[in-house]
Amino acid sequence: MTDLRSGQVPGTSADGTPRGWHGRPGADVSLGRGGPGRRSGRPRDPVLPAAVRSVAKHAGLILAALLMLYPVVWMVVSSLRPSAEIFRQTGVFLDTLQVDNYSEGWDALSHSFGHYMINSAIVVLGCIVGNLVACSMAAYAFARLEFTAKRLWFAIMLGTIMLPIHVIIVPQYILFSQLGWVNTFLPLIIPKILATDAFFIFLMVQFIRGLPRELDEAARIDGCGHGRIFLKVILPLMIPALATTAIFTFIWTWNDFFSQLIYLTDPEMYTVPVALRSFVDSTVATSWGSMFAMSVLSLIPVFLAFLIGQRYLIKGIATTGGK
Amino acid sequence: MSALGELQRLRGGGGAAARKRDNKAAAVFLLPWFVGLFVITVGPIAASFALGFTDYNLIQAPSFSGLDNFTRMLSDSRLHASLGVTFRYVGISVPLQLACALALALLLDRGLRGLAFYRSMFYLPSLLGSSVAIAVLWRQIFGADGLINQVLSMVGIEGRGWISDPSTALSTLIVLNVWTFGAPMVIFLAGLRQIPRMYYEAAATDGAGRWTQFWRITLPLLSPIIFFNLVLQVIHAFQSFTQAFVVSGGSGGPSDSTLFYTLYLYQRGFNNFDMGYASALAWLLLVIIAGFTVLNFWAAKYWVFYDD
Repeated sequence: MTDLRSGQVPGTSADGTPRGWHGRPGADVSLGRGGPGRRSGRPRDPVLPAAVRSVAKHAGLILAALLMLYPVVWMVVSSLRPSAEIFRQTGVFLDTLQVDNYSEGWDALSHSFGHYMINSAIVVLGCIVGNLVACSMAAYAFARLEFTAKRLWFAIMLGTIMLPIHVIIVPQYILFSQLGWVNTFLPLIIPKILATDAFFIFLMVQFIRGLPRELDEAARIDGCGHGRIFLKVILPLMIPALATTAIFTFIWTWNDFFSQLIYLTDPEMYTVPVALRSFVDSTVATSWGSMFAMSVLSLIPVFLAFLIGQRYLIKGIATTGGK
Repeated sequence: MSALGELQRLRGGGGAAARKRDNKAAAVFLLPWFVGLFVITVGPIAASFALGFTDYNLIQAPSFSGLDNFTRMLSDSRLHASLGVTFRYVGISVPLQLACALALALLLDRGLRGLAFYRSMFYLPSLLGSSVAIAVLWRQIFGADGLINQVLSMVGIEGRGWISDPSTALSTLIVLNVWTFGAPMVIFLAGLRQIPRMYYEAAATDGAGRWTQFWRITLPLLSPIIFFNLVLQVIHAFQSFTQAFVVSGGSGGPSDSTLFYTLYLYQRGFNNFDMGYASALAWLLLVIIAGFTVLNFWAAKYWVFYDD
């Protein structure tokens, strides 16, 4: 395969497009820039005409995407089927609609599923507020202040990003249980208020570094101290970073299972993942319908956060790595 | 770009001039972080280290037991099983996951129409994958009456209880981790965008084909990103917990075939309240993860290419 494309290749020009100088017409026109093959500077593939290749590629990608999402779609559909039918149906089309799964699942445990949803919402909200306030403050210090041993502290902060939670979970549990915080939301929320999610500090530091320093200087000349600069200049400008933090905190906290499992042992305090898990253990495969119904309900907030915050999620992942 | 690159850059010297002036403000802004660092992170690290040398069940005071916990590790067959499971899980699922991520990123990086749509579709599982709901789904899909077997029976293949069979249970969790390749894929896409297009144009002029371009341009220039993803996903995979916990009902079964290291640690610490041993296990995990990270950095010398 070289740059010297030589005329038509037998039996491949499905749409009769001549190869050579006009190769990949469809694709190039749709891009509206550059000449043939300009996009990557790669030589044109002499085997298939552009339109066919493009269609095939999209077909392949759509197929791959469908295959990826098929289990989830199937679960949503199955949550609307009678449990017995779930074991016989592989398709995603409904012939009977069974909404009972949702009402059964909703009331299957000692509290209604709504109760667990509210618990989760409280935890998530507390964590979001904590991360936004504490991490943005720390980020401002690391990005804009010159203090003693800043590089050392910064390195420590980065180091804590990579620290597995398991190393500290046992003493943390002992600490919180001695404070009488087990079976409250405090062990889940207080660490966020104390900026232990260093990942978000790093994300915000990177963002603040990208803001022009002239703005701070101007505010300083106008007589602002660091508090005012932070609140009035930096914070309003870093809304995209705050949005990224809020959305990731939302999804990760909503999904978090390990620490909620450890700290919440009273059904009264269960959050959605813990409730779902105890549901799974108590029903043992007899009522997949209601189990799926509750699973679907538990995923809806994540899905909505994803729809609303896509832009910020992608950006956050692309610039910092994420999880 | 990354936290890892940032750590490497930190070694250089910095300005010293207006340092003292900001100390007071920094103390205020960093106060929550400092409290968190010492009370929630460093303190527990020290305590965990100390507890590793004790016998402690939460009720009686910890009693010093020297190296008992560590010698116990040598003969703890469940620990050995969990190490085997975890290494296999990390060693198989991370390369597969990154390969899928890279392949899809390359397919999407061609000024393709609908890029945002595809990116979202492939990224979505990364967000859902760590949830209990998806683990519940996986339990059904790979169960004896599950979706996989239903599909297989349509083409006349006799299925099996993928999750109840010790020889295949771990594979189902590997599939689940590979399924969440969207996050590294997004990072690859961002990395691909950084590669100057003119390199490809120049190579094409010289008559290089796609394959050559991939090996000579894309792969070397992307290698720091591949490295970054590798380090991150290895650290992440070592800490997997939810999926194995839910799929095996907390047991790590069948026959300990899904006994992830973190699951075993949870069982020792929070089912048996064997806090001293659990702390020692946590330290072993830290050493293992740190060891693999250092190994990765060392190996990087031989395959990661820095343009600058």
